[in-house]
Amino acid sequence: MIGRLVPVILFLALGVLLAVGLKIADHKTEIPSPLIGKQMPEFTLPVLGQPEVMVSHEELIGTPFLLNVWASWCVTCRVEHPVIEELARSGLIRVVGLNYRDEEADAQAWLARFGNPYALNIADITGRTAIDFGVYAAPESFLVDPEGNIVFKQIGAVTPEVIEEEIVPRVREWGKGP
Amino acid sequence: MTLKNILLALALGLIAAATHAADPLVFNDPAMEERYNDLTVELRCLVCQNQNLADSDAPLAQDLRKEIYEMMMSGQDNEQIKTFMVERYGDFVLYRPAVGGNTLLLWLMPGILLGIGAIAVFFTVRNRNRRLAADRQKG
Amino acid sequence: MLPELGQIALIGALLISLTMGTLPLIGASNGNQKLMRVGQTGAIAQFFLIAFSFVILTWAFVVQDFSVEYVARNSNSLLPMQYRFSAVWGSHEGSLLLWELILCLWTFAVAIFSKKLPDDFRARTLAVLGWISAGFLLFVIFTSNPFGRLIPQAVDGLDLNPLLQDPGLIIHPPMLYMGYVGFSVSFAFAVAALLGQQVTREWVRWSRPWTHVAWAFLTLGIALGSWWAYYELGWGGWWFWDPVENASFMPWIIGTALIHSQAVTEKRGTFRNWTLILAITAFSLCLLGTFLVRSGVLTSVHAFASDPTRGVFILTYLVVVVGGSLLLFAIRAPGMVQGSNFAGLSRETLILLNNLLLVVMAAMVLTGTLYPLLLDALDAGKISVGPPYFGTLFALLLIPLAVLLPFGFYARWQEDSLKRLLGELRVPAFAALVGGVATYFLLPTAGGWGVAGVAGAFWIMASCLRYYRERMTANPGQRPGRGETGMIIAHFGVGLFLVGASLTNPVSSEKHLRMVAGDSFELAGYNFVFEGTRGVRGPNYVADEGEFIVYKSGKRVTSLYPQKRRYSNGQVMTEAALDPGLTRDLYVGLGEALNEQGTAWAVRLYHKPFIRFIWIGALLMMAGGFLAATDRRYRRPVSQKAETRPTDANLAEAPA
Repeated sequence: MIGRLVPVILFLALGVLLAVGLKIADHKTEIPSPLIGKQMPEFTLPVLGQPEVMVSHEELIGTPFLLNVWASWCVTCRVEHPVIEELARSGLIRVVGLNYRDEEADAQAWLARFGNPYALNIADITGRTAIDFGVYAAPESFLVDPEGNIVFKQIGAVTPEVIEEEIVPRVREWGKGP
Repeated sequence: MTLKNILLALALGLIAAATHAADPLVFNDPAMEERYNDLTVELRCLVCQNQNLADSDAPLAQDLRKEIYEMMMSGQDNEQIKTFMVERYGDFVLYRPAVGGNTLLLWLMPGILLGIGAIAVFFTVRNRNRRLAADRQKG
Repeated sequence: MLPELGQIALIGALLISLTMGTLPLIGASNGNQKLMRVGQTGAIAQFFLIAFSFVILTWAFVVQDFSVEYVARNSNSLLPMQYRFSAVWGSHEGSLLLWELILCLWTFAVAIFSKKLPDDFRARTLAVLGWISAGFLLFVIFTSNPFGRLIPQAVDGLDLNPLLQDPGLIIHPPMLYMGYVGFSVSFAFAVAALLGQQVTREWVRWSRPWTHVAWAFLTLGIALGSWWAYYELGWGGWWFWDPVENASFMPWIIGTALIHSQAVTEKRGTFRNWTLILAITAFSLCLLGTFLVRSGVLTSVHAFASDPTRGVFILTYLVVVVGGSLLLFAIRAPGMVQGSNFAGLSRETLILLNNLLLVVMAAMVLTGTLYPLLLDALDAGKISVGPPYFGTLFALLLIPLAVLLPFGFYARWQEDSLKRLLGELRVPAFAALVGGVATYFLLPTAGGWGVAGVAGAFWIMASCLRYYRERMTANPGQRPGRGETGMIIAHFGVGLFLVGASLTNPVSSEKHLRMVAGDSFELAGYNFVFEGTRGVRGPNYVADEGEFIVYKSGKRVTSLYPQKRRYSNGQVMTEAALDPGLTRDLYVGLGEALNEQGTAWAVRLYHKPFIRFIWIGALLMMAGGFLAATDRRYRRPVSQKAETRPTDANLAEAPA
């Protein structure tokens, strides 16, 4: 008799798995970052609009920042932008922009039109640095601590909830502001 | 007719200009080309997640293919290239799951099931065989 | 007005299916003839109502009634007429209605063609089918209604996905569903037998033709899907181990095991419980597949737009139907060992091994498909499981399966001698050797798997041919019937499939390159000359069409015209050009234009040998299945005996 209960039991276990699957289905295409807890990738990139001025990752270590990957061709970035502006205005943390695979003229025009809340904007024209960061969609944002480690990655637009739940607590922990 | 021609030209122009597509990569060594094809088929596109890196038209896929090409040209082997991808995108990018740790059960399950099943079949057949012999003795 | 009638018809069908589900069951346990007959009248009424509903939806597409939201989302004023018909099942709601229509069709068929079944058994079977239908109708009416109105009416539709504007969409889903849904009949038979405690050999004999037909349709549906994906989707790939493909393959594997198990139970009376559980599992896997496609739980090319409500509904339905039937099995399945006994070396043992391998294969596919979800649910990371996993393990399991197949063919029931068997297999072994050696020398790129695969294929095909010849010549009075002939054809098809599947990937050649007009490239002995592109227009698209002329040894072989289309809804799609052949396909696809003027293109050239063998093999399997279903013995009355066997015609036992 027990042997014949095996199929039902196995099936019910499957049912539980599928039920859990339904709950997490919204996030099924999100790929967690393997860089969490690690030093940010090395890079040396020009400042947007000033190609002679190069910025290296080392220069960004010391003060925490949010690296916001954006582009003028990215529609969701426009939706996200007011939230980024509000974040920068609040002074909670500085926001550094990584302009991803964009034309300089288009990027500048976009900033002029929608506002420029970025403390600094670096241009990744080829997208090679973004690959090092494991970027696969725009917008994405990386929270970097004072030692230069990536502590959190947001896939998709940053929302007030994300700021409240992920950024604020960590910034408080570091006890610093810009 | 003229309007249709204009629309046609517009559409074609759109098709042509819609992509800042990379030229197909040029291989001088057919063995390396085959290695490249086999490797890119085993890697998953992160944007069009239902396609492998070889087939996907997504800009990121084109960038990654170019990256892999350059790594091959500079002498890196498949393991190094896969490590590069996994360091940045995690295990998700491999269509061939690693063997070990999390995925041990995945790879071993069929063998284990087959083993258990074979034992069950053995006992069933032996049981039937004995009953057959018993039937013959009786009858 | 009409769409509302369609909705009313759905509700009417729901009421009938609920009635069908209850009254005949009561009648069966009381012996009440009138209540039992409700099953048949219900089945007929239900079918006509659903057919009516389906016709109304089709009509809405044909006349382009954009006030119906489903039509507006899946059609467009420029959509050619043939695709207006197939757009009916172009997305979730309509394809569910097709599912339901086919279920009612099968139920109707059971009601009509089951005159020889005992009344109570037939009543219970139709009742089970009624419940299955009721669940689906509840799902359609409450979460996936295709008749919803769009107010205000749309000016024009969003258009059918260009990928679906293809002959493939016209036949693949209907044939696939015929198979998928067809397994509900074997399921219903199994549940009815358990309910009435009539797990007899007669029960198996009645259910065999239904299983054969469902299996044959499923084989056809899967083969069509593979062929369609080949020329429409992937760049020359014919199987991607995509979750939804796997969802259709698993029931096919279990269905194959079921057919073999039924053979043993019918002829020898053994493996009853296996036949029961396989019948339940086959349909359960079909329902699981339906869940996976529509719930949004897995990422897949095939997934319909998903909605948590729908997912929860189907999961509940799945748990009730499958969980319920498995529980019924645990409680009611016959307890004692019955049927004829058999020796170590016998056809029974070989079929048992065959089924073990098939079950492990299905379990492997299920594990691989759901493993990423398992790890994600446990928060243990996100991984991918793809063709390298499935393909490797599938090939490994196929080896013992292919080796044992001819043994199973020649082995006698109950007991056989190894010496005799090996003697029969000398010729097939020789054929395998010839096949392997020929492949090794003629197709150097085939590799180890290619050589082994062809050797295995020749091993199988030679056994089939030799067996057939022997059976035709041995005893003129006892020629093989349709059942046996069908079996031989189907197994021969397996061999042919194996040739294609083993050779096509290793021996194929491909090249991606930049071409301008006048360029040429030599691939596998064929010279592809690019003559440039020109603009063309279709009913609802404009396209760049390339011209390629292919030469072999100086002689012109064919002209190919691949297209890059832009549809009226903005989507861009590639339409590859194909020169099909028995021994090879030539395949050209236009990638992207590489300059503003559109004179340089990224081109993909393919030479794919033996790929048609895959689908021809599958078609032979299908043909064998259909032929076997028409065997005269299924229409013969019970009393006739073809061979001596113990008089244990009724094997119903008290539950353990």
